[in-house]
Amino acid sequence: MLVIKNLRAAIEGKAILKGITLEVKPGEIHAIMGPNGSGKSTLAAVLAGREFAEVTEGTVTYLGRNLLEMAPEDRSKEGIFLGFQYPIEIPGVSMVNFMKTAVNEHRKHKGLEPLSASDFLKLMREKKELVEIDSKLANRSVNEGFSGGEKKKNEIFQMAILEPKLAILDETDSGLDIDALRIVANGVNRLKRPDNAAIVITHYQRLLDYIVPDVVHVLYDGRIVKTAGKELALELEKKGYDWIKQDVEKKEVL
Amino acid sequence: MAKNQDNIINDVTSGDYKYGFYSDIEMEQIPKGLNEDIIHIISKKKNEPEWLLEFRLKAFRHWQTMKMPEWANLKIPPIDYQGIIYYSAPIQKPSPESLDDIDPELKKTFDKLGIPLEEQKHLSGVAVDAVMDSVSVKTTFRETLAESGIIFCSFSDAVKEYPELVRRYLGTVVPYTDNFFATLNSAVFSDGSFCYIPKGVRCPMELSTYFRINAANTGQFERTLLVADEESYVSYLEGCTAPMRDENQLHAAIVEIIVENNAEVKYSTVQNWYPGDKNGKGGIFNFVTKRGLCRGENSKISWTQVETGSAITWKYPSCILRGDNSTGEFYSVAVTNHYQQADTGTKMIHIGKNTKSTIVSKGISAGRGQNSYRGLVKVLKNATGARNFSQCDSLLLGDKCGAHTFPYLEVENQTAIVEHEATTSKIGEDQIFYCNQRGISTEDAIGLIVNGYAREVINKLPMEFAVEAQKLLQISLEGSVG
Repeated sequence: MLVIKNLRAAIEGKAILKGITLEVKPGEIHAIMGPNGSGKSTLAAVLAGREFAEVTEGTVTYLGRNLLEMAPEDRSKEGIFLGFQYPIEIPGVSMVNFMKTAVNEHRKHKGLEPLSASDFLKLMREKKELVEIDSKLANRSVNEGFSGGEKKKNEIFQMAILEPKLAILDETDSGLDIDALRIVANGVNRLKRPDNAAIVITHYQRLLDYIVPDVVHVLYDGRIVKTAGKELALELEKKGYDWIKQDVEKKEVL
Repeated sequence: MAKNQDNIINDVTSGDYKYGFYSDIEMEQIPKGLNEDIIHIISKKKNEPEWLLEFRLKAFRHWQTMKMPEWANLKIPPIDYQGIIYYSAPIQKPSPESLDDIDPELKKTFDKLGIPLEEQKHLSGVAVDAVMDSVSVKTTFRETLAESGIIFCSFSDAVKEYPELVRRYLGTVVPYTDNFFATLNSAVFSDGSFCYIPKGVRCPMELSTYFRINAANTGQFERTLLVADEESYVSYLEGCTAPMRDENQLHAAIVEIIVENNAEVKYSTVQNWYPGDKNGKGGIFNFVTKRGLCRGENSKISWTQVETGSAITWKYPSCILRGDNSTGEFYSVAVTNHYQQADTGTKMIHIGKNTKSTIVSKGISAGRGQNSYRGLVKVLKNATGARNFSQCDSLLLGDKCGAHTFPYLEVENQTAIVEHEATTSKIGEDQIFYCNQRGISTEDAIGLIVNGYAREVINKLPMEFAVEAQKLLQISLEGSVG
């Protein structure tokens, strides 16, 4: 589904991603962990098409297409969803209007007629239950005045509506209490299908108590320095990131 | 990041003006230029009574002593008032009895503008007075409205059929000496709409005037006079468009509103005059005086305007709150893109006791547009308990445009409570990206964000107009971000 080869990217001339190679197959959940500043969010930004990160080398193939050549909105319509670490507020634009526009853009892309207002509201109602989102949130402006937890739930809510093929969740767990964490994870799990995949970016292992990954990668200083099964997350939880850092530095010395 | 913002702004500023076509209609025109003879000719063409000719001549003589105002934050190129044709009318039978008497080309023009002159074509109950260049072409639903005692007709018909009413109210809110453009209008106005809502009548449909400039080298000078008698209510709409031309054209209109005890007038404008091209060539100069008098107790005037067109807008819809407990409202969205300039706002004059006013102004600047809010809140000595709330927001798209706020406060009564809030914001790249990531193109994202920003004002418009206005906002900003 997604094949990343030797991806290098820089922000304002400073190399952040230093050669990432990664493959995600349908049905898989990959966790990307790593200390702060290791490049996790930059990787998410590059995959979603944010321009501030400049790709200097490497390729990203998504469903057989060159992802890096696609406009951000086309990536979305082709099924890539980014759950933002810091969801953006858009005053005056209701969630209903926002999501209706998005859904109908996706439908247009697939050659489908726009949803009628009543069908759309039905869809929203269904998905609201999935993420246990307060029904009033849907009538408020996009993320405006939402608490941190509400914003993150709102991301999962949008994901549930758009039904992406590849969901990239950028530290969706940060700042969540246990209840919200459970709801967010639950939402992700219930959306899991054999033909879609997710990349879960997280600093802590606790989200992975709820979302069980197939593969865990450790990103450090712009490189994937370790890849293993879900047990790696537990090891990281116990030992922290220092042993990884030491490991990497040892290798560099050798 | 800054670079990206620039790209965005460069791209979203090349929208097309949908109404820029010209209709080939047989016109009757008088020679260009302005002098007493011209005024005599206009008055004669309209078979006006002597008092109205006098009114015009007094205005003209006064106008000759006046200078164009220079206080606005606008760069206005010199206007050659002798180069303008002051009367230009589609040739038609003296007073068309039925639609069959109207030139099909004219009908077609209004159809194209989405303003069908056939009553049965109107889905929603909206009565229209259609004005092309200097004259009213057709007023729909006149008879239906007359059943409730409502007078809704062209200004010229009103002068003929209800001279006493017109004479009683004309110039009582905007005197002919008021200001340079109003005085010019008083001298040469050629048509417009007249509306009288009798006591206790709630107007059963929206009334509207649609202004179309068609002929070249002409100016449009119309007057609207609206009287709401005691306990009455009317919602009035106004729309306007013009062909695309390289020359600037002058539109100097007057709207006068009189509201009696317990009556309410809601006046909405969607102004979409040709704004000029991307390089600032052509476009309408829109210099308009709009003022309402809340004469009665508990009376109310609410102005809502969405200003997207015109090369230059100079316009301050105002309320004189004379009646005790009267209320004035002003809700405005003004867009300036490319080289458009707007200096717009309101005046709220509190005279009566416990008078209230609300001002919500939303400026949107893109391209090299310059957008100024200018507003006066004046509380007179006897206006005990007056209240005002003003909110002026500016939204900037790009770094070559400008937003300016000029609030004036004159408070002479200690009990008054006056509040003013102002904000300036930019559309964030992160907001656009957030929309992109959900599948929404940058252009649509800007439309969405701008409409969200203007929602408070758009919501005040009647339903069909609100939808129109939303689309218009989006089109006006097309090409200003990408």
